[in-house]
Amino acid sequence: MRLEAPLLAVVVASALGVVAAQHQSRKLHAEFEREQARAHQLEVEWGQLQLELSTVAALTRIEPIARERLGLAEPAPGRVIVVGGGR
Amino acid sequence: MNTRRAPRGHNPLLECGLQTWRARLVLVLLLAGSLALVTRAAWLQGYTHESLQAKGEQRFARVVPIPASRGRITDRNGDILAVSTPVRAIWAAPREAQIAPADARRLAGLLGMDVDALNRLLASDRDRVYLHRQVAPEVARQIADMKLPGIGQDQAYRRFYPGGEVWAHVLGFTDIDDRGLEGMELAFDQVLRGEPGARRVIRDRRGAIIEDGGVLRAPRDGQDVALSIDKQLQFIAHTALRQAMTEHKAAAGAVAVLDVRTGEVLALVNAPTYNPNNRSGLSGAQLRNRAVTDLYEPGSTMKPFIGALALEMRRATPDTVIDTDTGRMTIGRHTIRDVRDHGPLTLAQVIQKSSNVGTARLALTMDPDDIWNMFTRLGLGVPLDLGFPGAAGGVLRPPGSWRPIEQATMSYGHGMSTTLMHMARAYLVFARDGDLLPLSLTRVDTPPEGRRVFSERTARVMREMLETVTAPGGTAVRARVTGYRVAGKTGTAHKVEGGRYTNKYVSSFVGFAPVSDPRIVVAVMIDEPSSGQHYGGAVAAPVFARVVEASLRALGVAPDAPLVPLHLAGRDAPKEKM
Repeated sequence: MRLEAPLLAVVVASALGVVAAQHQSRKLHAEFEREQARAHQLEVEWGQLQLELSTVAALTRIEPIARERLGLAEPAPGRVIVVGGGR
Repeated sequence: MNTRRAPRGHNPLLECGLQTWRARLVLVLLLAGSLALVTRAAWLQGYTHESLQAKGEQRFARVVPIPASRGRITDRNGDILAVSTPVRAIWAAPREAQIAPADARRLAGLLGMDVDALNRLLASDRDRVYLHRQVAPEVARQIADMKLPGIGQDQAYRRFYPGGEVWAHVLGFTDIDDRGLEGMELAFDQVLRGEPGARRVIRDRRGAIIEDGGVLRAPRDGQDVALSIDKQLQFIAHTALRQAMTEHKAAAGAVAVLDVRTGEVLALVNAPTYNPNNRSGLSGAQLRNRAVTDLYEPGSTMKPFIGALALEMRRATPDTVIDTDTGRMTIGRHTIRDVRDHGPLTLAQVIQKSSNVGTARLALTMDPDDIWNMFTRLGLGVPLDLGFPGAAGGVLRPPGSWRPIEQATMSYGHGMSTTLMHMARAYLVFARDGDLLPLSLTRVDTPPEGRRVFSERTARVMREMLETVTAPGGTAVRARVTGYRVAGKTGTAHKVEGGRYTNKYVSSFVGFAPVSDPRIVVAVMIDEPSSGQHYGGAVAAPVFARVVEASLRALGVAPDAPLVPLHLAGRDAPKEKM
């Protein structure tokens, strides 16, 4: 008889704890999902930026700019000294 | 508890005595009721448990796909050549799609399609129709914001090729579902392709995922593929080929550059080309990777192999004199001709001046089996092990059926056919002290073991002979490059159409540089040059020179020749025989 009251309290407390833990877990999970989606989004963005980079860095685009706008030209063969063995 | 009970009062109802049947009836009813409840509970919990659980899950549990992306293709230094980015596929369920005319107009505008076409799709009696398979994410968001009934979206991918036409033939392309259809996209489809996964989740009523029910199938992202091709060399070859195409009004052309040390393909370009990002109105001629899939008669570029075989079998030395008569040789009803009468030539001069008669005379002293064995060891007649779709092998008939005239014409590359890639690879034996490597279109970290075809001595002697081809008096002085010693062989073949030789030509040049320590093999083929010149030395050799000069510089190879300007007088188009 004397144990009943505290046990009841413990049971109620534990039940509330389970509910709280469940709620917490769901909340954390939702957050995890959001972060994962964000990670995926960032990965996609990275891919798009890489794509943009290689589009902008395409030699077909750079060559005319270098030659025409910047007036660059290859050095005459005699003006190049190769140092070391090359790649 | 209260221990002091109230004194029992006087209750007339108890006195009159309850009829016992009423009490029993209540008891029985209560028992029956609770029995019914227990049975029902047991029924639900035990017997129909599974179907009910499934029904419950249907309300909130969902299986959602985990998207997997297709691998990227990069060049040997990791520069992106092909990448998939997510787009949205817009679909409609025509039965549920009740769309106001104004909305339909706006939707059609966003999708970039005709309103009538959209309405026709919406009137279709199928369950689901795709309105547009590849919509940019921003546009898809605007469509989603319209919240139209019966209009939905799926995740999809679109492949982009930032290198455009420079890489078109190597990379190929994918279909609308991101599966490889051509080129490396098809060859490495299994590696590149990702497997989408699936997982079970529990959603709340707002649709947010609140609990992970576990992964049903793990997604597998496609792996990246690093090609052996160097972006810079590819561009150099592309530019040189394009220039030659315009200059000589040619129908087609191809250039291949190989790494002598590893057998890697460093550049592979074809013309005409196309933009892989916009493939409307393409013809088969544009799509073909000629260097790998198209057969041609190699012409004089075959001659050095006959010479090398003669050296190898000790039938000749570079100084052996071969009489080329009056530049004519008759076998049966056929006559083999040289461009002019060279008189007696040494073997080295036969190669340098590209004498058909000299080569044929040499070939006729040899056993057909020996020639055929050499061709086979050079890998001619068998498709290259590149994994490239549509790779051709070539036509090489067994030696038992060779007539003397065939043996003679084959020695200068007629009556047999092969691809430019085969020829480029075969020249590895001269560039590499006599052994042959398998080619690779993907990056090679440890060079494979070579297979010996000729002795080291033969290869070295032939290298020297091939260098004289580009020296004054040779057929390809225009192949020379300032600062580097180059060697190679010209080829000019009549084209066969409908079984007959025509007056159309294939000009080619296959060579390597620098001669002191060869690093690259460059093979050039120009199909139907039609602005007056057609000799390999005039059409293909200058392309070779441009590619070699820029490539060796890009690779940082030290010059092995004095850096004096070329003797330009020797650059005039030389006479050369097919």
